[in-house]
Amino acid sequence: MSKFQPITFFTRAPVSQPAQYELLPFRFTALDGARYVATNLAGEYTLIAREPLQRLVSKQLRAEEPLYVDLRAKHFLADEHSRMAPDLLAIKVRTRHEQLANWTGLHIFVLTLRCEHACPYCQVSRQSQSKGAFDMSDEHADKAVNLVLQSPNPSVKIEFQGGESFLNFELMKRVVLTAKAANSKLARPKDLTFIAATNLAVITNAMLDFCVEHEIGISTSLDGPCELHNKNRPRPGGDSYERTIAGIAQARLRLGRRSVSALMTTTEASLPQARDIVDEYLAHDFSGIFMRPLSPYGFALKTKFYRAYTVERWLKFYDEALDYIIDLNRQGVEFREYYASTLLTKMLTCRDPGYVDLMSPAGIGLGAVVYNYDGAVYASDEARMLAEMKDTTFKLGTVDDSFHTLFTNETFLQALDESFAYSAPMCNDCAFEPWCGSDPVFHWGQHRDMVGRKPESEFCQRNMHIFRGLIHRMEADPFVRRLFIRWANTC
Amino acid sequence: MLKLRGKVETLNLTASQPRLVHVTRNASLPGALRERTALLLKGPDLQKLKAEFVASLRSTKPFAALLLCGSDEKLISLEDVGHDVCDVYLLPSDYAYLNEGDIVRLNPAGQSIAALFRKHAPNNSILLTERCNHLCLMCSQPPKDIADSWLMDDAFELIRMIPQGTQNIGFTGGEPTTYGDRFVELVEAAKLSLPGTAVDVLTNGRSFKNEAYAAKLGRVKHPDLQLGIPLYSDDPVRHDYVVQSKGAFDETLQGILNLKRHGVRIEIRVVVHQQTLPRLVQTCEFITRNLLFVDHVALMGLEITGFTRANLDILWVDPHDYRDSLSEAVEVLRAYGMHCSVYNHQLCLVNRDVEAVYRKSISDWKNEYLPQCDGCARKSECGGFFSTQVTYRHSKNIQPFLKSGVA
Repeated sequence: MSKFQPITFFTRAPVSQPAQYELLPFRFTALDGARYVATNLAGEYTLIAREPLQRLVSKQLRAEEPLYVDLRAKHFLADEHSRMAPDLLAIKVRTRHEQLANWTGLHIFVLTLRCEHACPYCQVSRQSQSKGAFDMSDEHADKAVNLVLQSPNPSVKIEFQGGESFLNFELMKRVVLTAKAANSKLARPKDLTFIAATNLAVITNAMLDFCVEHEIGISTSLDGPCELHNKNRPRPGGDSYERTIAGIAQARLRLGRRSVSALMTTTEASLPQARDIVDEYLAHDFSGIFMRPLSPYGFALKTKFYRAYTVERWLKFYDEALDYIIDLNRQGVEFREYYASTLLTKMLTCRDPGYVDLMSPAGIGLGAVVYNYDGAVYASDEARMLAEMKDTTFKLGTVDDSFHTLFTNETFLQALDESFAYSAPMCNDCAFEPWCGSDPVFHWGQHRDMVGRKPESEFCQRNMHIFRGLIHRMEADPFVRRLFIRWANTC
Repeated sequence: MLKLRGKVETLNLTASQPRLVHVTRNASLPGALRERTALLLKGPDLQKLKAEFVASLRSTKPFAALLLCGSDEKLISLEDVGHDVCDVYLLPSDYAYLNEGDIVRLNPAGQSIAALFRKHAPNNSILLTERCNHLCLMCSQPPKDIADSWLMDDAFELIRMIPQGTQNIGFTGGEPTTYGDRFVELVEAAKLSLPGTAVDVLTNGRSFKNEAYAAKLGRVKHPDLQLGIPLYSDDPVRHDYVVQSKGAFDETLQGILNLKRHGVRIEIRVVVHQQTLPRLVQTCEFITRNLLFVDHVALMGLEITGFTRANLDILWVDPHDYRDSLSEAVEVLRAYGMHCSVYNHQLCLVNRDVEAVYRKSISDWKNEYLPQCDGCARKSECGGFFSTQVTYRHSKNIQPFLKSGVA
């Protein structure tokens, strides 16, 4: 007789009878008519049909079923063969949240609200030029720098916002120089980086010289082809597109390709042009695009731009762009959609990309903090947009306050607590929760409620549609699955 | 295949205890070094063995032994001369690879020799024990429950003798951690004697389920140590079955987690065969999701020796038939940014997309090629076969690359 035992010896369970197992925490949500998406505690997913799902939860699965083996290996259930699931799940959950302990990494300085563009969808309620009242003061800037360097995070990024940030270039220089000087005096200097959000229309060679010297990255706006862009983003002379394209070329030449990124915003006029918008990014040598809907703040609400299209219409636009981008990749053109990449990182890895709107606990304050032109401190960019609409709910305080006072603001802590998706009503039993986030500012703005009414939430509608869409696409096509795994790991 | 150990004829033995000695071909080696050195005469050197040479050997400080290596006829012709010298070992031409700087173990009582260290070999594995708590279906070194701690004594001595500058050594078994703390001491000794030498250990990792033990190994702070630990499936039952030991999966995983907690580098090794292939891709996905922090993953072909020969029917799969699964597994690992390698495969049996992680991995002493490989344009890039694969089983789909580089 052989000294080797067959595999059935190690299975230990009688064949054709339900296995003895415990369910580990998992959630499920319908994907389509026949299948459910199930996610475990760490956000690993599996698709499962209705009938085996019922057998799974009623403990009728048999040990010899391949599905049983898959579910055990993916930590949806546990039995006497392995007691490792809790340890491994704990490591994965901890990895996902490890950035939290570092506290705020992104610090946004609104250098001025002035802007020479007059975009009707402006979400930050820009002001016309030459109004000193809308510039941040030196004193406020110095105090803000002091706050930035108190963050426990070993790497901090200072982002310059506006208005048009380069309209207050003198202050930008001051912030960069004082921050660098103060940082170098810290016992443990931080990894300190800078980025400027700009429309590139007013940037000069001297400004670029400064960006080169201090490695300041550029984040600009490009809405699509010339006509669309100029329609969306009017300025005196009607030459926003020309100036942006020239600025991108110039900035790349000086700073390097990777230091220049662009964002698009969807208006009603964009909707029929999904492919043209992607093509515009391709033509200008970008390696991807972030398909971004309008947010319900500032002029976007006032001018009714925000309500000009429904979530469903935007999702149709998004799907068209995403499918086009996948086809490009199929032809060998490497190009990605950044929102999908962000979601896929959450879906297919244990890392959290730290995208503020998709964090739970919410990313406000923890993921980013905003020092406004007037010295007020807000929990997020959206929070200050809301403030320009006279709602200062998410104001943490002012730059005169101490770091501790700002970050123990009661409303802020309450917002984090209430909106925590793991325990929020309807989020707590949604399979997409491990990948999603809570956006208390959005829901407060829409529903006057930090948690929001999920069945009516456009945030849920949008993200759930995209989650389902990504799963559908990768489950139907091995090429897409491989592509998505690559996107997930380079985000 | 090189013959590394075996029985040999001896003459005029004076020593009775086994000992490790350096090999030299320099008959005028300073006397101070001769006590720990055997003089090797092979090929044309044997012509030197005239009366005058023997007389000079007898009149100077003796070598630990005289190794005479040549054809059987040649050795017979030398026996007379040999009678005048002490501690002579007559080595058949199998041992002609022995050379300056090598280290051999001479066992007078057992009339045997073993090549423990070959200076110019790319890798030298040191067997620490044949005892093991696994009984892997494809074990190439079937475990024996014997008292073989002399192997460990030899290992300590060997690492004192191996020259500085040696690139790497391996500790293998059996299960090296069978020795408990003494294994950790060996790693420490390796660090002290050979600080510039990488050490690769093959272990099933189970002993490190005890975190204190993992911590102890971590505290050695060996500058270049890596533990190769097998994980054969994401399915605990399948892993336990392949290693024939209940509970192995959990203990190995705990071991890996504890070792990484204490800063020890880890390579996960997956041998691809009929029993691991069905979940190869899932196993790699499991590694990326749960063990992303390990340092390297090796996907390995099957060596046809030991238990593998007994279990060949339930193990053998032609690598040609699983090439797409191998590609998929590698793609998963690489997409997640893991360092990985494909070992023990023939170049013409893997898809092009695997070539970036393809390694020539088969130890030189058991590495061969097929006759049809002679015409292959890429033979120099190919790892070839285990000698046992050539003898017992290899793919029916070996296809030499034509000069254009197309199979």
